[in-house]
Amino acid sequence: MQSTNAVNQANYLEYRGRFKGLFGWIFSTDHKRIGLLYLYSMAVMFSVGVLLGLAMKLELLAPGKTIMDAQDYNATFTVHGVIMIFMVVVPGLPAVFGNFLLPIMIGAKDVAFPKLNLLSWWFYVAGVFLVLAALLFGPGTPDTGWTFYAPYSFKTGTNMLPAIFGAFILGFSSILTGLNFLVTIHRMRCPGLKWSKLSLFVWTLYGTAWIQLLATPVVGITLVLVALERLFGVGIFDPALGGDPILYQHLFWIYSHPAVYIMILPAMGAISEIIPTFSQKHIFGYKAIIVSTMAIAFVGYLVWGHHMFTAGMSGTAQYYFSLLTFLVAIPSAIKVFNWISTMYKGSINVQTPFYWAVSFIFVFMIGGLSGLVLGALAANIYVHDTAFVVAHFHYIVFGGTGFAFFAAIHYWFPKIFGRMYDKAWANIGWIVFTIGFLTLYSPMFYLGMMGMPRRYYDYLEEFHGGNILSTFGSWILATGFIIIIVNLVRSARRGEKAEMNPWKGKTLEWTVPSPPPVENFDKIPEIAENDGPYNY
Amino acid sequence: MEKVTHAPHDHYDAEASKIGMWLFIFTELLLFGILFVIYSVYRYLNHDAFHLAAAELDTFTGAVNTLILLVSSMTIAMSVTALQKKNKPLTLLLNGITFVIGVVFLVNKYFEWGAKFDHGIFPGSATLTETLSQGEILFFGLYFIMTGLHALHIIIGLVFIAVVMWKVAKGKVHAERSALLENSGLYWHLVDIIWIFLFPLFYLIV
Repeated sequence: MQSTNAVNQANYLEYRGRFKGLFGWIFSTDHKRIGLLYLYSMAVMFSVGVLLGLAMKLELLAPGKTIMDAQDYNATFTVHGVIMIFMVVVPGLPAVFGNFLLPIMIGAKDVAFPKLNLLSWWFYVAGVFLVLAALLFGPGTPDTGWTFYAPYSFKTGTNMLPAIFGAFILGFSSILTGLNFLVTIHRMRCPGLKWSKLSLFVWTLYGTAWIQLLATPVVGITLVLVALERLFGVGIFDPALGGDPILYQHLFWIYSHPAVYIMILPAMGAISEIIPTFSQKHIFGYKAIIVSTMAIAFVGYLVWGHHMFTAGMSGTAQYYFSLLTFLVAIPSAIKVFNWISTMYKGSINVQTPFYWAVSFIFVFMIGGLSGLVLGALAANIYVHDTAFVVAHFHYIVFGGTGFAFFAAIHYWFPKIFGRMYDKAWANIGWIVFTIGFLTLYSPMFYLGMMGMPRRYYDYLEEFHGGNILSTFGSWILATGFIIIIVNLVRSARRGEKAEMNPWKGKTLEWTVPSPPPVENFDKIPEIAENDGPYNY
Repeated sequence: MEKVTHAPHDHYDAEASKIGMWLFIFTELLLFGILFVIYSVYRYLNHDAFHLAAAELDTFTGAVNTLILLVSSMTIAMSVTALQKKNKPLTLLLNGITFVIGVVFLVNKYFEWGAKFDHGIFPGSATLTETLSQGEILFFGLYFIMTGLHALHIIIGLVFIAVVMWKVAKGKVHAERSALLENSGLYWHLVDIIWIFLFPLFYLIV
């Protein structure tokens, strides 16, 4: 299709704007380029996080010191957590696929505030550099865990301030992205695109954006208070001055539990796009998915106490938090039900993104159900702060968000780069990665049940077998990850040219060329009364 | 080849800007909201100490600052109307008055904090940690954090107003494109209303 619009002659990858080369990217306000900037920066940080994770698993290969001592191990899990949470999974799908796809999916040329969007990425980079500065300079790498629990976070001699300010700035970046998306969805939908016709990925971005906006300031001010505590000793969290460290935990989790839904909601949105496309069937329960998305966003605010069942809380509060935790599982289960029902009697086209989506459902179910074990008061006391918890949240955060991210990159790759990847290698990468994932984390459920605590570089001899298996799994997983990355990087340069709509999807992004032109559409689309995102 | 401009970036949507500003204000309210929650928790736990410590604050300076901030909110609201009536000099004058009042507020704050520092009352000071009770330490800790963060917002608001004045003078913000001025007004009102809550909580409840 030859475009008539002057700017749209070039696709966004080749377009020459005011700047050339690298500057043409880092100063670009094009939402598609910003999405890729996030993709590349997150891929780098994710790789660093994976290396740290591998180092931890290697340390746990045998009891006692294997490659590092206790202090280094503490620093490693802290940095692994900070990188993976604040720099990878929280920005995650919204920053990459949200930026790239949101305007196209609603028939707009860009987001509402393109310059603010670029500023968000700059804040992200600034936050990354601040945290990295904490590692390289100063009196020692932060060793508090990614949660920065008081009072240790203002007592420890390590270099906490840059890490705390880095996390604060990353939060600011997240807020600005959320704000931008909310205004974009409210104001820039193309004619005829009613709320009831939005694709589900857009709906989940909408729910996510509200959480980003309303939860992140809480952790922002909490981190500022910790920094002030460290600098001036204001006393808010310091028991010696009348403050209460438990208050810190409350404030931290008021953000950080909803943050879990910032991670998982867009992942669910991506899965809700992929399953109907590869089943060639209307999504089952469109409205139920929307309602459950918004329900998760709302109820997710009220469950933070379940992180603190052993920290000292009244029995009444514990009952409520436990009850609400069980309630928040229902909307997630509704979604799983909808995805499975969508496949029922569909004409299923088994391709790499579909493999990822189905394995997402599998690991997400295990992660979700083990979460109920932790949400139950009595069982929580038993497995609190054990390897069981680590296995649970890796099944959700890595198995959920991570698998959905890989599903999404394999689904939208031809649209983003205009080329198709090698499908055979992509499938091999998937199966190796999945086997590695299951081998790595499944033994940790067992180890946790047997009483192995988390956050120690050492363990008792009786846990040796499970840990060997787990470490072995980490190597398989890393192999799978390398296969996937090599395949994608190679294909982005040399893969076959992709068609406009290789998967026969019905959402708006499949109506523009691959890769999309600079302004997405020559003419803003109009959605007719009978059209919809899943009308197969 | 003719120069192509990237059209979406010239896109102007006053409604979108205002929604964006309101959403940002939500985040600010949550930021301060959490501090108000902390204040209530510690006030409940240290009732008598908060009474004692609050008596140390200078109600007169606080009242003056409240009064002038209210006036500045009025002047910035008037400047929006003036711009809509296409009266550029009056807009600039009213914005200028708002700016000056903001500076006066900060000067008052400076003397108020300075007096506390002279008495040895500041976070981590020997006077504070050795002679006062834990409740009083918390009160002054919160006082410095909350009024300090508020003062920081006044400074951000002043920068915002200065930028808007420059744009009004240049003719980039005018009657048909007034969203930026209105947003600076919204932000200034936010800063004002936070003070409206800070003033009674710290100065008046003694």
